[in-house]
Amino acid sequence: MKMPKPDQDIIARRSEIIRRLQAIVPGDGVITNENELSVFECDGLMAYKQLPMVVVLPESTQQVSNILKACQDMGVKIVPRGAGTGLSGGALPLADGVTLGLSKFNKILDIDLDNRCAVVQPGVTNQAVTNAVMDDNFYYAPDPSSKIACTIGGNVAENAGGMHCLKYGLTTNNLLGVEMVLMDGDVIRLGGKHLDAGGLDLLGAITGSEGLLGIITEVTVRILKKPQTARAMLVGFDTVAAGGNCVAKIISSGIVPGAMEMMDKVAIDAMQRFVDSGYPLDVEALLVVELDGPEAEVDYLVERIEQISKDVGSTFLRVSQTEQEREQFWKGRMSAFPSIGRISPDYLTMDGTIPRHRLPDVLTRMNELSEQFGLRVANVFHAGDGNLHPLILYDANVPGDLDKAEEFGSEILKLCVEVGGVLSGEHGIGVEKRDLMGEMFTEDDMKQQQRLKCAFDTSGLLNPGKVYPTLHRCAELGHMHVHGGKLPFPDIPRY
Amino acid sequence: MADIFKPEKGTQVLDAVKWAVSNKASLEIIGQGTKRGLGRAVEAKAVLDMSNISGITLYEPEELVMTARAGTPLTEVQAALDDANQMLAFEPWSPKSIYGAEGGTVGGMFAANVSGPRRILAGAARDHMLGFKAVSGRGEDFKSGGRVVKNVTGFDLTKLMAGSMGTLGVMTEVSFKVLPKPEKSRTVLLFGASSETKAMIAAQSSPYEVSGYAHLPRSMAERSSVDYVKNAGQDVTAFRIEGPAPSVTVRCEALRKLLAPLGESVEELHTTNSQALWAEIRDVSYFTPEKQIWRLSVTPSEGPEIAKSLNGEYVLDWAGGLIWLALDPSDDAEVDKVRGAMQSGHATCMRAADAVRAKIDVFQPQDTALAALTKRVRAGFDPHGIFNPGRV
Repeated sequence: MKMPKPDQDIIARRSEIIRRLQAIVPGDGVITNENELSVFECDGLMAYKQLPMVVVLPESTQQVSNILKACQDMGVKIVPRGAGTGLSGGALPLADGVTLGLSKFNKILDIDLDNRCAVVQPGVTNQAVTNAVMDDNFYYAPDPSSKIACTIGGNVAENAGGMHCLKYGLTTNNLLGVEMVLMDGDVIRLGGKHLDAGGLDLLGAITGSEGLLGIITEVTVRILKKPQTARAMLVGFDTVAAGGNCVAKIISSGIVPGAMEMMDKVAIDAMQRFVDSGYPLDVEALLVVELDGPEAEVDYLVERIEQISKDVGSTFLRVSQTEQEREQFWKGRMSAFPSIGRISPDYLTMDGTIPRHRLPDVLTRMNELSEQFGLRVANVFHAGDGNLHPLILYDANVPGDLDKAEEFGSEILKLCVEVGGVLSGEHGIGVEKRDLMGEMFTEDDMKQQQRLKCAFDTSGLLNPGKVYPTLHRCAELGHMHVHGGKLPFPDIPRY
Repeated sequence: MADIFKPEKGTQVLDAVKWAVSNKASLEIIGQGTKRGLGRAVEAKAVLDMSNISGITLYEPEELVMTARAGTPLTEVQAALDDANQMLAFEPWSPKSIYGAEGGTVGGMFAANVSGPRRILAGAARDHMLGFKAVSGRGEDFKSGGRVVKNVTGFDLTKLMAGSMGTLGVMTEVSFKVLPKPEKSRTVLLFGASSETKAMIAAQSSPYEVSGYAHLPRSMAERSSVDYVKNAGQDVTAFRIEGPAPSVTVRCEALRKLLAPLGESVEELHTTNSQALWAEIRDVSYFTPEKQIWRLSVTPSEGPEIAKSLNGEYVLDWAGGLIWLALDPSDDAEVDKVRGAMQSGHATCMRAADAVRAKIDVFQPQDTALAALTKRVRAGFDPHGIFNPGRV
């Protein structure tokens, strides 16, 4: 993975840049010594590491604005960072860049139950939003598996999902407003407590923009009333195809479960051995389906899904009878990462989305690839919405294993695109999948997307080297190839 | 009379835009032209009529996804969805009551982000749009998004296209999410709420998953086609409950209990009446044709007070977050009074004569930094301003 070549002139000016930043953020908010900088050298994509030139931890919107203005003025690049849990390298530092961390933006500003929303600073963790409202039986719905550590600002940047977004939507569907600072220091507000921002939906456009468009300094999210009850079901199958078929039947019968997860044999075994979750070891595919809502509804839907499962030939079926049992069913799935970590020294987490019905083909081809590369793969799958998380098992101490694992991962993602899916469902492109963007988009598609960046960040200093494989200058993107002479009326039916 | 281009395939759309770019000519993009009254009247060199770029290209009910060309009539989409017992969950309104024309196209619906009462639970049109193909104002094909729901692959230009009023590009194809129709739909009516604000907050703070919250002041309720509402003789606050039959029964009962102490009495509408009432609310069918109509999106708990302060006829939707306001005709649609009543949010003048709309900001004006950013974003898609000039 190639990052833009560090600008030696900028690195030579490091002490001047530090002085400018210290003038804006006094005290311990500017980190310069190597030991402390090493904390920031990577995010959740740990295969890539780079010490940042300097880290700055502002605590007010004004400071963020001044930092960006100063950096734009000096031509210095900025890498925004929340908790650094991202899995695609979106917060990978640059040798000639300032990492701007938002950890000091950690306050909950306003809980407005009457309008079912919370206004928080971007460094507040996902779980902390729920914690702040749970005494009143509310919660924040998007639940990425890193929810204890990941921040709301980062969730917006990556359009984070989770197990429950099948029914309750992704971050973008639960976001009401933001305050953000542009690279030129301008502070803008998008949305608020009302629905649908006026004008162009810039709020939608910045969600999932991976820190390329601005620095978010305040977030307003929708909170939801906790469902009255929830029950989970375990449904096992002899074949992955039967499991996929069951998912399709459930959805087409008009049921949208709170969550519907699927895993393959390698994953089931690893999880059940890690923590007893009641998973059967003699099935090829296992579904964890959760129904939530009023008791009468949950009971009714459980019965219907039981029937559907039998109809498609399930070989194992259990329904949680107590809240404790429901939690037990989830334990394995929730510990997907540590349980895989126990059976393999290292693993790569992939994240593609496919049309659900292509699952059996995709898994078959994935197993072929697994043999071809000589690497094992475990699959956990947000089955309801087609979001696939193959975990490629490798050993970083074996020379060449990481390269092989990455190549295997690329092949899987290409396969996702080939069957009508996308490169990333919820982890983002970052640096990890950057060079695969051409599998999905033409040069014109990507240029059009980058013109959006130019509107927000004319200087191109915000998080360069992420998402887009080729960096274009805004002036070049603005150039139009207009025909010398005027085109005659085209041959189109006219009235 | 402007020329009308009526392309029959995507390459002809591209040709038309290329022609416009090279001749510095502007284009008004229309589907069936049902919502031309929204925004200022467009004065363009030519009309690009997309109604022949039509047809559903993919519909997989079990995958909850449909792809249709931009000019596909909504009636065709509706019929296909009905066959599979599915729906557009964001409940788009029909332009009939406001603009007098029935119908509309897929492209027009998404370009105007048309969403109805269920928006508060299920999201807006923009939340259901998954991807698109379009031609930019640079005369280039481009696409974004896809046909799957979970997708963080490049910037989400799809959201940007939704509600852009055709000012960023000419969409040729759209993919969107569809959902199963609820098994059952009922409505709990609260008559004579002592405070509709409190009643709607109480319902929102309940776990009963209400899929529509509307408030009709007595004078509006009297115009309803549903007898229970029409003959109420007082204000009517309506709460819709949808879902599997056993669940709907239980939730309606619980909601009735919750609401009863908050007004004079409660009543329950079953399927037919319930559907009729929400269709009226969705399509804003309470105002007479001479009225000027505003649509205000505000903080929900503030909606009732703002609406009352404006001295017009009004209906509240989205638990107070959406005010449909009707005013007697005036030269400026009382723009200052309307926008002055709001602390935050945005107000759109949905209906007024061309001359009135030409004079005022139909859409909420933005502060300097945001307006400048919006302008730069537009220029990135349509540098010469050839699409729908003047409309927003």
